[in-house]
This record gives sequence, structure tokens and C-alpha cells, in this order.
Amino acid sequence: MATDTKKVLFGPVIDNNPIALQVLGVCSALAVTSSLANALVMTVAVMLVTGFSNLFISLIRNQIPSSVRIIVQMVIIASLVILVDQVLKAFSYQLSKELSVFIGLIITNCIVMGRAEAFAMKEKPGVSFLDGIGNGLGYGAVLMVVAFFRELFGFGTLFGFEVFTLTQNGGWYQGNGLLVLPFSSFFIIGLIIWAIRQYKPEQVEKD
Amino acid sequence: MSDTKKKETFGRTVGFVFVICLVCAALVSISAVGLKPLQTANKLLDKQTKILETAGLLELAGDDIVATYEKFVDAKMIDLATGKVVEGDVKTFEERADARDVAKSSKPENDIAGLNRRADKAVVYLVKDEQGKVTTIVLPIVGSGLWDLMYGFIGLESDLNTVKSVIYSDLKETPGLGAEVLNPKWKALWPGKKMFDEQGNIAIEIVKGGAKAGNVHGVDALSGATLTSNGVERTLHFWLGEEGYGPFITNYRAGGLN
Repeated sequence: MATDTKKVLFGPVIDNNPIALQVLGVCSALAVTSSLANALVMTVAVMLVTGFSNLFISLIRNQIPSSVRIIVQMVIIASLVILVDQVLKAFSYQLSKELSVFIGLIITNCIVMGRAEAFAMKEKPGVSFLDGIGNGLGYGAVLMVVAFFRELFGFGTLFGFEVFTLTQNGGWYQGNGLLVLPFSSFFIIGLIIWAIRQYKPEQVEKD
Repeated sequence: MSDTKKKETFGRTVGFVFVICLVCAALVSISAVGLKPLQTANKLLDKQTKILETAGLLELAGDDIVATYEKFVDAKMIDLATGKVVEGDVKTFEERADARDVAKSSKPENDIAGLNRRADKAVVYLVKDEQGKVTTIVLPIVGSGLWDLMYGFIGLESDLNTVKSVIYSDLKETPGLGAEVLNPKWKALWPGKKMFDEQGNIAIEIVKGGAKAGNVHGVDALSGATLTSNGVERTLHFWLGEEGYGPFITNYRAGGLN
């Protein structure tokens, strides 16, 4: 049981990463990774939403009529996302000003729907909750790595603290303009996927 | 499962969806209503912080933004067309809501700031010193940058000419390029600049390649952000002009607020 729990919770970080292996949720990974602080908040938000949506959907999985199950999942996920957005607005206005659009878009994050449909509809609530948190962790791990490179080489900072002094502030480091823009995440995510598949060759798809 | 057949009847499906919707709607409404006071307070605090920053009082305020604001800042609602103070609740005034409302806004004749519609009223903030003398006037501004409208504040000394600061509070410019208007180094270029020349014409300009030393009207443009820089210049020209705070400035200089 203990190993099972560990597998459900931490498996998605490397072995079954939602972004690197399942290739879900890439869109938001592009948008929110310009700084580590944004990526961290997004990680926590997605973790909570996937965790609790999995939990609630699993609790009522035997009652959900299968003809409307996607809509029911959607309603639950959407409500949770609004809840997260409201809480963020109330307790961290500055971050919500920057992230509000993307928080709303968690609804369309394929990871949440994907885990609800693939896991929570079949499994018990406890383990479903862990699966949701685990997938949030896996998503967040990739986000944090991408944000690390983008913030460090794009802005010369980490969590807002200056590491390299930019030329416009009288320092030596010329910020990388490409990494400042969202699509640069494609390159970094590509490299991450390559690195993981070097380490775990069984993840490579057969031709 | 034995009840697989049962859960597919029409009535049961509709009933189930109804209950789920009800529960979720209740959850969402409770959170929205319950957290509303906190959210409104946050929004106000954010605005007050920016106003104090524009007036250069942020360090003095420390953690006590609200008390400092209450002590030093006097908000007045003005009618932009006449520049006179009018009645109105400055606390609930929303420039953005008014600008969308046809009855409360108008189309500028010479819309250099790219606003489309401008609210008829505005709230200006008179910032006083310990003796109660007005030392800074904070004026909200808005104008198009590269991607979208940029909202901010300008702080002027009581001659309504010398700049104290230009602080943007809400924008969607490109990080690292246009969003450098938030860079402290760029903000530090503003204090002491003069908005108007000796004849009273608007003279403030954003200079590409850097303003020459001693140019009291010129501020360096942001490198790699020509459109944002142009936007800042046009925003200032619009708001200092006749369709912006021009009438208010004339009125204030004539002592019309007292």
C-alpha cells in the first residue's frame, strides 16, 4: 500500500509526467512560466484543482450517469477553478492581477479533465485525490524547471531576486529576448522531454 | 455494478445534473459573496499604494498604507470639461466603468492616446504635507501602449508643471521591453522634468537614443519599445491637453479649487 501511494503521488513527476509523457497542459505551461513566482502559484492552483476535482468526482463516480459524465466533470472543475480565482483575488491581489486569465483557463487544462476521466471515474476517492495532487506535482515540476531557465536567462533574476545584473540596469548581462516570450517554452519543454527519455528510454514511442 | 441500468433513465439523469448544478452554484455564490469585502479592500489598497508611490510617500507609509493615505491624500472628483470640482463619491468611482458607459463618457476629438472613449469625470488626488499644504497632485492617466491600454498615475508638484513621478499600475506590455516602464531606473528619469515650456505649451517628450543632459522636457525612450514609448508620450500629451486635465490645470493655477 505504501509503495502504491508513493507511486500514485510521485509517479507523475518523472515516470508518467503529464506534460513530458502524456503531453497535456502544454498551453498553460507556455503562458505562466515567465517567472518562478507565477509558475509556483499556478502549480499550487492546478494541484488543488486536480486533487479536489478528482476527489469529488470519485466520490460520486457510481452515481454519475455516463451520458452526461463529461458535463458533470466540467461543472465540478469549473466551480473549483472559480473558487481558486476568488480566493486568490481576496488574499493575493497582486498575483491575481497577473494570473487571473490563466487561472480561469485551468478549466481547459487537459490534465484536470484527463485525470478525472481516466482515473477518478474508476478509482476510490482517497487514491484519486493523491493521483490529482501527483499530477499537479508533475505538471508543476516541469513548470518550475521551465520558469527557472526563462526567468534566469530572460530577466537575470530568480523569484525576483537579481542574479545577473542586466545591462539596462548597468550590469553585464544582456537578457535573452527570446526567453522572455512565451513560445520559448517549447524549446525548453522539448529539451526536458528529451532529457527524461534519455534517462527512461521506455518512454520513447515506437515508430 | 447492478444499478448501471437504473442510472441511465431520463428522469434520474436530469435530477442528478440539477442537484450537481445546485450544489456547485451555491458553492460559487458563497465564495463570491463571502470574499467580496476582502477583494474590494485589496483593490482599494492596491490603488492607494500606487497613489502614495506616485506622491513619493511609500517609504514614509511603510506598512500602514491606509492610515497614511487617509492622513495626506484628499481625493476630489472633477468634471474634465470644466476642470471644476463636482459632487460625487470618489470611493466608488470607476474610471473604466464610466469610460464604457455612453452616458458618462465622450469621444475625444483628437484621440491621440487611443482611448476611444474618455470618462467625463475624473478623480484627482491632492497630497498634502504635515502642515496641510498641497505639495503633490496625483492625476490618473490612461492611454494605448503597444498591446492594450496602460493605466497609471502622474505626480506633479503644486506648480502643475514639475514632474514628481510617472507610475504605471496596470499594463500588458511585453516583459523586458515595453514593461520596462516599471523599471525603477526608468522611473528615476522623471523627477524634476517639466511638462510645459515657458510659453505654457506641452513640451514633455520621449527621446529616442536618450535625452541630452540638461533637457528638462526630454526623457529617454525605452530601447526596443518604440511603440510603448510613443504611447507614453501621447498619453501625457492627451491628458495634459485641453481634452484631459487642461481645464483643471488652468483652474487650479487660478486658485479655483479653494
